[in-house]
Amino acid sequence: MTASPPILQVQNLDIRFRVDRKSEPFRAVKGISFAIPVNSTVALVGESGSGKSVTAMAILGLLPENAIVGGESRILYGGRDLLKASMGQLQDIRGKDISVIFQEPMTSLNPVFTVGEQIAEVLRLHMGMTGSQAKARVVELLNEVGIPNPQLRVNSYPHEMSGGQQQRVMIAMAIACEPKLLIADEPTTALDVTIQKQILDLIAGLQEKHHMSVLFITHDLGVVGEIADHVVVMQEGEIQEQGGVRQIFEAPQHPYTKALLACRPRLDRRPKRLPVIDDFLKGDGRPHLGERHRGTSPGDEIILEVKALNKTFFLKEGLFGKRAVPAVKDVSFKLPKGKTLGLVGESGSGKTTVGLTLMRLHDATSGEVLFEGKDLLRLTEREMMAYRRRIQIIFQNPYASLNPRFTVGQIIVEPMKIHGIGRDEAERVEMAFQLLKRVGLSEASFYKYPHEFSGGQRQRIAIARCLTMKPDVLICDESVSALDVSVQAQVLNLLQDLQDEYGLSYIFISHDLAVVKYISDRVMVMNEGVIVEMADSDEIYLNPKQEYTRKLLSSIPKGLEKAVELT
Amino acid sequence: MSAVLTNPPSAPRQASPGLWALAWKRLLHDSVGMISLVVVAFFILMMSASYFGLIAKDWSRERGVSYANPSFMAGAENLEAKAMAERKGGAAVAPVDLSDIDPLAPRYKEWEERAAKIAVTEVKRAESLPFGGDKWGRDVLQKVVKGSEVSIFVGLTAAIFATIIGTMLGAAAGYWGGWVNDFLEWFYNIFTSIPYILLILAFASVATSTGKFGKGILPIVLILSLTGWTGIYRLIRAEYIKHGSREYVKAAQAIGASNWSRMFVHILPNVSHVALVQLSQHTVQFIKAEVILSFLGFGVPVDMVSWGTMLAEAQNELVIGKWWQLFAAGASMAVLVTAFSLFTDSLRDALDPKLK
Repeated sequence: MTASPPILQVQNLDIRFRVDRKSEPFRAVKGISFAIPVNSTVALVGESGSGKSVTAMAILGLLPENAIVGGESRILYGGRDLLKASMGQLQDIRGKDISVIFQEPMTSLNPVFTVGEQIAEVLRLHMGMTGSQAKARVVELLNEVGIPNPQLRVNSYPHEMSGGQQQRVMIAMAIACEPKLLIADEPTTALDVTIQKQILDLIAGLQEKHHMSVLFITHDLGVVGEIADHVVVMQEGEIQEQGGVRQIFEAPQHPYTKALLACRPRLDRRPKRLPVIDDFLKGDGRPHLGERHRGTSPGDEIILEVKALNKTFFLKEGLFGKRAVPAVKDVSFKLPKGKTLGLVGESGSGKTTVGLTLMRLHDATSGEVLFEGKDLLRLTEREMMAYRRRIQIIFQNPYASLNPRFTVGQIIVEPMKIHGIGRDEAERVEMAFQLLKRVGLSEASFYKYPHEFSGGQRQRIAIARCLTMKPDVLICDESVSALDVSVQAQVLNLLQDLQDEYGLSYIFISHDLAVVKYISDRVMVMNEGVIVEMADSDEIYLNPKQEYTRKLLSSIPKGLEKAVELT
Repeated sequence: MSAVLTNPPSAPRQASPGLWALAWKRLLHDSVGMISLVVVAFFILMMSASYFGLIAKDWSRERGVSYANPSFMAGAENLEAKAMAERKGGAAVAPVDLSDIDPLAPRYKEWEERAAKIAVTEVKRAESLPFGGDKWGRDVLQKVVKGSEVSIFVGLTAAIFATIIGTMLGAAAGYWGGWVNDFLEWFYNIFTSIPYILLILAFASVATSTGKFGKGILPIVLILSLTGWTGIYRLIRAEYIKHGSREYVKAAQAIGASNWSRMFVHILPNVSHVALVQLSQHTVQFIKAEVILSFLGFGVPVDMVSWGTMLAEAQNELVIGKWWQLFAAGASMAVLVTAFSLFTDSLRDALDPKLK
């Protein structure tokens, strides 16, 4: 593209990790080569375990102790090989020439220093500024990354800022020394869609203004389309495809790239099943499936009805004082049998609280939850037991929702024991094996512990645990949000199959509008504890009535929509 | 039956091994853990053998000279023994004639004759003992063995009781929160605001004066465990607060698991490492605390020996260069304590399925 040599060149990068003395080192990055041209954005895309973050850490010289870098590997920056640079040289380069933004702004900022002090530290260290010079520059920087009232905010502590603002502070810190290369490691993954859009725009703007290069690491191809010039697709330590952004989106060559583009649910189409990676790698390329019709009709049988649900949390204030924080305000809706009700909102909108309150995992402040005409909120704990098994929940984080000290077998058999399902232990174990098979896990999984599984497999275990009780209503609380795109497609397909097979009704809670659009018949949009808008799925996306809904919809990365139809 | 109806091939189904079976399997592969387990087992065997009188039964016999040298340094000069012998000899040299004033004087002769008829064999006291002797010439090695009985029993049982009390109260406060937590916190605050020694003395005077718990070891165990649970309580409470809001506990509630099951089946195995580490630390602490108690007069009776009393004796001996009693008690304590902490460490690792 440009005649000038690239700012950074990665050649034959090969990284292994020593796991323990007995086994062979695990090869995380398998001899990859790519270049980052001057003044452009390169996106490194891959799912978890693809080696993308390891590559970034190698560039920064931040690999852990047990990493072995191959002898042929080179990372050339300004004529030097960073892999052979000394500690001191690396420290000079880090933060000054090459800087990073991490995924979690909350954990990357030191909570006991003001943001001003933290940015000023970088300036003093690398630019040799005095205290007052640095302070003036910090205000300038905060202004540049779009923090309102920078004069005042300089003295704020990280916890006084929202997640988006914290990420802006991280960006200010990263660009403080005008780096030539900015590495952004999943900078928007922990943020809401609307904030994500702002941050992406900010990074793009800064890149242009300061003529720097950006290495943007992400698992989400959708994000890449808006920001990158050049895309590198990684899978299991290898580069499957690299090229200009148009080429990747419009004429992807490798089946893996095609699969990544296809398995993300899209706003404009709704196939009966989502394509998964295997369809592309093993099959003919694309499953030809018709579109699925979604929607509700007034005559649908109602299984769950919520009337004027309220939930208020009380925060302690002072010695005896309490402050009421309403999380859910007068929420009412009906869930038709065998249908899916989507619940969308940003973090803090109260959508998770609704789910937990329905399950009585939180006590509701007021309202009614009618399940087959019985108000669940008025039942005693004993009466509730009979209903417990009929409404189940799948949590967001499959790493946290399974007890790490239980084998998968114990996890699945436990609810059957509690509810007296199955005559004896042998029958329960048999049922557990059947369910494992149903959710696509091997029989050997029964004896393993949760940590031996990947995120998607764990979510299948959680689903199997719910299925033991043959529930009527399943609440999916951000159940696919923590999963990779391809795994997400598999779990969504599984949920869909189960609904078709058992006639389950879902309440699908998510911040991801595309996923909600794909799986839901009816969608509710929540903001600050209130339902802003509720309509059938297609209706709400085609004709959003409320300003807030329109704002949410416009924040969705449009990268995928640009991609031409894959045939 | 017919060959057509064969079962579909499936993985062989073994009986699902429980958490403890797996932990044991993992422990077998941990060499440090196994060695420390052997050491701990050796000490416990030694302690029970001594309890049943199989070894060190006559630990209190004075078989050596005062401060007998250890056999590996038998030639060393022993001034104390010499002085003692001289004192004895000197007393025999100068008998004062008291016959003028002593009305019993005429009968002395008769008694001496009678006494001469009884065979008194002066036991030849050994100049050196395997690991030296104490002031009265008792074998230090046997004292250590006998002393382990009290020390290990007191340290271990008191630590186990304290851990159980601390874990139970901590679990209740952390899990239930609300007024249960408030009540236990107030109780804890009042309890810990009393100076430790004063508290021990208060418990000790109650335990010994009522006489219900007898004399000897049991009151010490009670005193130590009833005063030592506070730190464990705080740690376990914090763990329960942390884990109580975890998703796996919420998930257990969602499937209808009872409070009891959530507290002890779900959360406890996940916080057990804290309790185990506390157990080993408190064992050490209590072995030392028994010394303090013995020193204050609430410890073991005079006719018994413990590592604590040995250490107390050793203070004076060290000044005159007799180091073996201190070394024997100190070294066995150090070895046991190190092995015990390493073992609990390995046990914690073995109980964590994530670490392999």
